[in-house]
Amino acid sequence: MPREPKFFGERLPYLKPFSAKGKLICIEGTDGSGRSTQIGLLKNWLEVQGYSVIETGWAHSNLMQRSIEMAKSGNMMDRMTFTLLYATDFADRFENQIVPAIKSGHIVLADRYIFTAFARDVVREANQQWIRDLFSFALVPDLVVYLKVDIEALIPRVIESGGMNYWEAGMDLHMGQDLFDSFVNYQSKLIAEYDKLAKEFSFEVIDARKGVDEIQEKIREKAKECLEAIPRHSS
Amino acid sequence: MPLFEKKHGYPGKLIIVEGIDGSGKSTQVALLKKWLDSQGSSVFFTEWNSSALVRETTREGKKKNILTPTTFSLLHATDFADRLNYQIIPPLKAGMIVLADRYAYTAFARDVVRGAHPEWVRRLYSFAVKPDLSFYFKVPIDMACERILSGRSEIKFYEAGMDLGYSTDIRESFKMFQADIGKQYDKMVDEFGLTPVDATREIHEQQGSVREAVNDLLKGYSKKRTIYAKRAKVFWRTFTVS
Repeated sequence: MPREPKFFGERLPYLKPFSAKGKLICIEGTDGSGRSTQIGLLKNWLEVQGYSVIETGWAHSNLMQRSIEMAKSGNMMDRMTFTLLYATDFADRFENQIVPAIKSGHIVLADRYIFTAFARDVVREANQQWIRDLFSFALVPDLVVYLKVDIEALIPRVIESGGMNYWEAGMDLHMGQDLFDSFVNYQSKLIAEYDKLAKEFSFEVIDARKGVDEIQEKIREKAKECLEAIPRHSS
Repeated sequence: MPLFEKKHGYPGKLIIVEGIDGSGKSTQVALLKKWLDSQGSSVFFTEWNSSALVRETTREGKKKNILTPTTFSLLHATDFADRLNYQIIPPLKAGMIVLADRYAYTAFARDVVRGAHPEWVRRLYSFAVKPDLSFYFKVPIDMACERILSGRSEIKFYEAGMDLGYSTDIRESFKMFQADIGKQYDKMVDEFGLTPVDATREIHEQQGSVREAVNDLLKGYSKKRTIYAKRAKVFWRTFTVS
């Protein structure tokens, strides 16, 4: 059933009213929480069920990808500028991918959503109200799955999968003596922030220390509940 | 709305110029800079949409016409945040005079005409510092258009507001777009306490009133010379090590 779309704030004034035929499912979690593995599996499963799926990833818009890479490669960046780069990226994907897909009945799987900006920026001590106003044009997701890992489980995963990098370790915040200390401090703060957001925005929290299949099973369960309302594409 | 109401506490001064395309503001700010330089003040100049960080992206987005009102607005805000932190606040802290060709008011005028929510844009820029003096060069739309349309052969797509579908004729579209922007500026005179300058007057007359207003602002301001002007004494050269 097409529904009235819900926005965090107001709909973009120039966007014509539309009804939401598709669903917006967001997967949140810190680096190394297994988001992309789970999204891949979920996408596959949904397609087998007959749903059409569009994936959209944080910082992966056509418009901004290059600017963001450029900004990350040099570290002469302040927080505000960084947030605005990500917001521009989000707006581009929002208007060109997410909204059209929701309008026409696709399922959008978002690898990170605006909560990522909320969490990171609070850790970086930006003004909370400002960030929320900034992203107020965003659609409220139908489902937010939060893959929760504690810091002890996260460390070996990140090291195994290629090591800690400058930004994942929050090195720009000078939070520790070395990369490792900084990573632990930064990611612990992020996790704490995600926990708060999980309560505020009613995330479906899934323990991401479990096995891949077990996690996927739980995600599918939640996805099923959320999808019951929309008809499948007949093949 | 609590925006730009707080004065910055920095020792420097921030002076900005606003106006529609063809209002002559860039000419005026260049003359102002000449004068301040000649008075021995240390002046830093910064221009709208000039940060290296997003320049390429903006250019490409404009070239391919893939910008929406929101991404257009956010790209300019990103540029502004970058320049605020690297070009505006440091010289203000160092006690210099910063001259800005266009400021957040440009976004309040243009982005709103493009369709962004007025309040959303104002909140977006709430991190900006309030200028000490904001000149608004007010000019009738026909005069501005004549200056622009006679001076340059080509008007750009976004500059003419072609994304808004006013008209398929680029010159006609330009006129209507600039007229709407002018209306937004007029509203901001009271909202933000802009200092209007009658931009139909002769260039040197306008400059006269600009300098007068700047003179008033600079009463009690102790000018800083650039680091190049006062070379530190190098004592160690006078000693020889035996």
